[in-house]
Amino acid sequence: MPKDSGIGASSKRREDVRFLTGNGNYTDDINIYGQTHVYFLRSDVAHGRIKNIDTSAAEAMPGVVRIFTGADFEGIGSIPCGWQITDRHGQPMQEPAHPVLAIGKVRHVGDPIAAVVAESLAEARDAAEALNVDIEELPAVVDMKAAVKDGATKVHDDLTSNLCYDWGFVEDNKGAVDEAIKSAAHVTTLELVNNRLVANPMEPRVAVGDYNRSNDEHTLYTTSQNPHVIRLLMGAFVLGIPEHKLRVVAPDVGGGFGTKIFHYAEEAFCTFAAKAVNRPVKWTASRSEAFMSDAHGRDHVTKIELALDADNNFTAVRTETYANMGAYLSTFAPSVPTWLHGTLMAGNYKTPLVYVNVKAVFTNTVPVDAYRGAGRPEATYQLERVIDKAARELGVDPIKLRRQNFITEFPYATPVAVEYDTGDYPATMDKLEEIADLSGFEARRKASEAKGKLRGLGVNCYIEACGIAPSNLVGQLGARAGLYDAATVRVNATGSISVMVGAHSHGQGHETAFPQVVAEMLGIDESMIDIVHGDSSKIPFGMGTYGSRSIAVCGSAMVRATEKIINKAKKIASHLLEASEADIELKNGQFTVAGTDKSVAWGDVTLAAYVPHNYPLEDIEPGLEETAFYDPSNFTYPSGAYACEVEVDPDTGKVTIERFSAADDFGNVINPMIVTGQVHGGIGQGIGQALLENCSYDENGQLLSASYMDYAMPRASDVPFFTVDHSCQTPCTHNPLGVKGCGEAGAIGSPPAVVNAVVDALQSGGHKNVTHIDMPCSPSRVWAAMNG
Amino acid sequence: MAKVSMTVNGKTVSGEVEGRTLLVDFLRSDLRLTGTHVGCDTSQCGACTVHVDGIAVKSCTMLAAEADGAHVATIEGQAAADGTLNALQQAFQDHHGLQCGFCTPGMVMAAADLLKNNPKPSEAEVRHHLEGNICRCTGYHNIVKAIMAASGQDVSQIAAE
Ligand code: FES
Ligand code: FES
Repeated sequence: MPKDSGIGASSKRREDVRFLTGNGNYTDDINIYGQTHVYFLRSDVAHGRIKNIDTSAAEAMPGVVRIFTGADFEGIGSIPCGWQITDRHGQPMQEPAHPVLAIGKVRHVGDPIAAVVAESLAEARDAAEALNVDIEELPAVVDMKAAVKDGATKVHDDLTSNLCYDWGFVEDNKGAVDEAIKSAAHVTTLELVNNRLVANPMEPRVAVGDYNRSNDEHTLYTTSQNPHVIRLLMGAFVLGIPEHKLRVVAPDVGGGFGTKIFHYAEEAFCTFAAKAVNRPVKWTASRSEAFMSDAHGRDHVTKIELALDADNNFTAVRTETYANMGAYLSTFAPSVPTWLHGTLMAGNYKTPLVYVNVKAVFTNTVPVDAYRGAGRPEATYQLERVIDKAARELGVDPIKLRRQNFITEFPYATPVAVEYDTGDYPATMDKLEEIADLSGFEARRKASEAKGKLRGLGVNCYIEACGIAPSNLVGQLGARAGLYDAATVRVNATGSISVMVGAHSHGQGHETAFPQVVAEMLGIDESMIDIVHGDSSKIPFGMGTYGSRSIAVCGSAMVRATEKIINKAKKIASHLLEASEADIELKNGQFTVAGTDKSVAWGDVTLAAYVPHNYPLEDIEPGLEETAFYDPSNFTYPSGAYACEVEVDPDTGKVTIERFSAADDFGNVINPMIVTGQVHGGIGQGIGQALLENCSYDENGQLLSASYMDYAMPRASDVPFFTVDHSCQTPCTHNPLGVKGCGEAGAIGSPPAVVNAVVDALQSGGHKNVTHIDMPCSPSRVWAAMNG
Repeated sequence: MAKVSMTVNGKTVSGEVEGRTLLVDFLRSDLRLTGTHVGCDTSQCGACTVHVDGIAVKSCTMLAAEADGAHVATIEGQAAADGTLNALQQAFQDHHGLQCGFCTPGMVMAAADLLKNNPKPSEAEVRHHLEGNICRCTGYHNIVKAIMAASGQDVSQIAAE
């Protein structure tokens, strides 16, 4: 019987009501009395030296309040990077400065050169057109391999080269991996591109800065997944504003997918300028601006080799990847191709030896950072593609080859430094075979053939590391932050509860799911509990929402705080009931003396805490509010198996997704409806990457895909209904809820399934020479592969 | 500046606008009806969809001045006066047809337009009709399901929650 409330119930989302009636409160909906608007003049060349900026004509334009250039930010901090990588030789990565407005040089199309603050956006834009900017165009560095050649033009003159770092993992294994590959019975090699993507949350970024002269307090309203992180990075490192004078608010946020994690120049600008002009300053990105200023995702060029013994056991994996950093280091960029990617290269398999080499490269392109999955989709894609290719080369069934190599005993220490706590990969594969009706595939293939279409089946597995992460571990790996989270449970006198959580909800449904947990623990109605999030002045602290960490890390903090509440409430109840504390039980919102019918209700206890007339004041304080910080002891490891069936039109190369099935293991599930929705969304984005989306630059660094006319977003007609199952559940062993996280799975697991299916379709159609097609598998690429 | 007046969600409103002011900006900035969203600058995302004289229109493609004298309906006018969601809105909640909510007003307005002209659309018809509305969160599964459910069709056979 499905539950109708508490943990495991598909409670309907309470946040929906405001969104469905137009009552959401997104950052662009905020307007402050006296506000000005800023328009950023952005570079239209990829690389150039700024020789002169003449603002005089623009300053005379109507409505102009003030014009800022890089000169106004000399001496102001650089936009910081939150993760330092140490390279193969023990040296720190090269870390260039990143000014709020360009100083000296522009380094990518979209780099902000000047900012016009005016009474209206239209006036700011008009005045920006009157700015006279003299830029000497320099040769642009776009191709990563060319960028690291000797003599290549440097993106940053003060760095020794365009190589940010050359990372090896596990460096000590390199010799053994090389040896295993040399002596293998079979080696499958695959070169591939993980295409550059733009996250494209439907809400463009917005920032509103406000400054209060009376108390010297700054407020920034921003479209962020982690307001406290912005407060720390911007306050401490860029503008030098102490936390107690800086409030960061992220109200309703219209999707993030990683790209709203990072601290951006526009946030620092609006905060800085609000004080400088002594009026609120608002910036709303247009979509075109978003394309050239939101951090992009993926963009890896990889060679992977998989070694097998004579019995088809995987013996070693070796990879070499070029990872694009873009022109500057975005907040978490260096960690994505390294610790979020290399540590997953064992996948679901017992491969004993793994070596991952990553060269991170600066180019004259928009910075690249985490996008849904961040490093783990790149790991999964190459591994699951090379396994498919190996199966074909060896003439074995790709599912059988995977099953044969599955890790089956847990905990399992991989050769890439992580320990999987739980999982059951055969079970998710069994479940997939069932829900995807794989036994019926050959009949469906014949039916497609009869229509003149090529049908293909692609299957793959994935594992990811979520719930980032033990702070002492990530500290060793170069993180410049801790990665715990926090929650305060505030019980009010009449028993209702506000839970202040550090996680931020921008589509994940925390406002519904988090109260389900507290309601279950206390035995009270979900409607008595509200979540407060997204405002640094209301919440103790929080590292925010990304990496499928909200319920695993922040949810655990909330559980710990609620446990403290229960402990204190039991003390109060024992006093009211004149019984020993050890005998008090809490059930269905009633405190009962075990074995008796003596009880007090939740509301009696909460009232006593705030009206402590009959209260053990000598033992405990009045009030009922508790805070907990939770620092996980390990990552969580969701896993699953995905299947995609495609039809390819042999005349046009057009690929249609006919069926898509996902069997996931997320451990325990709080709200199945929300979890299913998260998987749907991830699959939608994964199909987008596999078939449609491509962020491309020409050789001069011009962004060719800078609007929805040129960047193909998945539409409703590009996808079918999905079959999603998460009934295989091996609970996480180290967090109190046994949860693993579900936000990224769909985007990680789906691209290889699609491409495996496309290759299978072509192979079955007789195109035996087609062993790989790079994403996106657009009609032209597929047609070219068939006719090449 | 020119004076415009129109009926929005049944109320007569008027304002002074520049010639270049878009209907969406008039709704959002002048009338403070911020439920209608802006997701792009090339008329492709549909976040700004409203009804003008009963027809779904992307309000970023229309000047406020062009809507002078028109009857405009926005997401704010869809629920009953007491706040009760209409059948379509309710179906979106029941079937989890929204996540971040940013595309949602446009989706609801586009879907209402479909159901008015095609009371029992097929899956393919729903998907085709949503061609001009982008959602980045849901993979469209539950949006399509919600719209079909709102049209009174049995969606229980469509996979999962
Ligand atoms: S804002 Fe109107 S279509 Fe995107
Ligand atoms: S619900 Fe977020 S864009 Fe559709």
